[in-house]
Amino acid sequence: MSSIGTGYDLSASQFSPDGRVFQCEYAMKAAEMSGTAIGLRGKDGCVLAVEKVITSKLHEPDSGRRIYTIENSIGMVVCGLITDGRAVVNYALKEAQSYRRQYGQTIPLKILNERLSSLFHAYTLYSAVRPYGVCIILTTWTEENGSEIYSIEPSGVSFGYYGCAAGKTKQGARTEIEKLKLSSLSARELLNEGAKIIYRVNEDSSDSDTKFKLELSWVGKDTNGIHQMCPVNLYEEAKAAASAAMEQGDSDIE
Amino acid sequence: MSNNGINFTPLWNNGPVPGNFYNFPQNQVKSNSIDDFGVQRNSGPITTGTSIVAVRYDKGVIIAGDKLVSYGNLARYHNVDRVFKINEYITLGMSGDYADFQFIKQYIDENILADFSMDDKITLKPKDLFTWLTRILYNRRSRFNPLWLDMVVGGMQTESEPFLGHINVRGRAYTNDVISTGYGTHLALPLLREYSEKGPLDEAKALELVKTCMEVLYYRDCRGYPKYSQANINDKGCTVTDQLVKENWDLALSIKGY
Repeated sequence: MSSIGTGYDLSASQFSPDGRVFQCEYAMKAAEMSGTAIGLRGKDGCVLAVEKVITSKLHEPDSGRRIYTIENSIGMVVCGLITDGRAVVNYALKEAQSYRRQYGQTIPLKILNERLSSLFHAYTLYSAVRPYGVCIILTTWTEENGSEIYSIEPSGVSFGYYGCAAGKTKQGARTEIEKLKLSSLSARELLNEGAKIIYRVNEDSSDSDTKFKLELSWVGKDTNGIHQMCPVNLYEEAKAAASAAMEQGDSDIE
Repeated sequence: MSNNGINFTPLWNNGPVPGNFYNFPQNQVKSNSIDDFGVQRNSGPITTGTSIVAVRYDKGVIIAGDKLVSYGNLARYHNVDRVFKINEYITLGMSGDYADFQFIKQYIDENILADFSMDDKITLKPKDLFTWLTRILYNRRSRFNPLWLDMVVGGMQTESEPFLGHINVRGRAYTNDVISTGYGTHLALPLLREYSEKGPLDEAKALELVKTCMEVLYYRDCRGYPKYSQANINDKGCTVTDQLVKENWDLALSIKGY
């Protein structure tokens, strides 16, 4: 960034002369520092997969979760500053609760996405606050609307996706996702595909020797529309499929 | 003369009377408005569910309650659930004001959802809900604005330990092997106790007992109803099913003289 030090990056409430808000871009950088997370939207459900980097041998592998459950059917994954992420998760839980109190039903993902986007955006408008240093991916599956995935950036920009990636190697992950025929894959199959992609992008990245734990969750017909962490047997199967694919890839190179 | 001939005339008239409170003439406040005596809170239930019958047997709990919600003596709403599955470990039966129950049920459901969102494999157990409800009802009665509810919480505290407790409108709570609310206290409880005092019941016996109680309640309780829901919870899980009292009015033909 050539404009660093020009003084236009000190506040989230000031544009640079060429029309950028540097604080937003820095927040995006912060969000890109964490391990990759992907969301895949299949024909009968969605899958979230995360490369949760374990920074110390002394950490418990289950701690520092990145996938959260908002409401029964809504899953959310956080990329970036984990503490900012928790604040966003709390806000999302509150929004979901208040919607249910008013209307007696689960908040539609579209509405939750709008409300969270507004929150993110509000944090780019004032000099007294900084933007959230996180990207989030929201997912659900309902009988009426089928699979849905939304992703929100620190700037408050959000889109609906067929498949999306955030975090360190999001470019690589996106390329991998584009190879999949998402609309014809079931959630069950996407578990394996998700695991494969996470393992692959981890190996291709510069710090492939760092330890990470794969986090997998899904929501869809198979889970009766409940978002949950992937059951142990399917998790192991997905991991095995990923390892097999990796070895396959290695032998191809040889 | 009653005063031994001595004539006592009052020292003054139209003034303060010795030994009495005195109100200054300009300062008389009439204190008869209802507003001068605090606030009148709700003093009774409006739309009500009648008895709940509950039994803790050796491996689980059964809670039953009919599907009628009355408006005074009027059988106003038929086919309303009064027995609920809260989660895999808890069932809840209510009698008393149905609006108050709907209010509190929403809070329970919110809590269950928040619990689910934690995603930590720790779930609410019957004793937790029981204690929580106790606090809420007691708090409300202490504000002189009670939730008019009689509730029965049952479920599996651990895989092998069934739990059954009762909370009343004022937050008084106890646990027992057999519990009944409303008219059931008079009509069903003696029946339930007759069996439970002989030792722990098994599932078959408990089911039969609950069935008998619901029958008796239907025949004798004016606010009774033949359709009832029955929750059965044990280590195999929690189910709520609809049941029907088999009516037999043959006896009615022989009743004469009314």
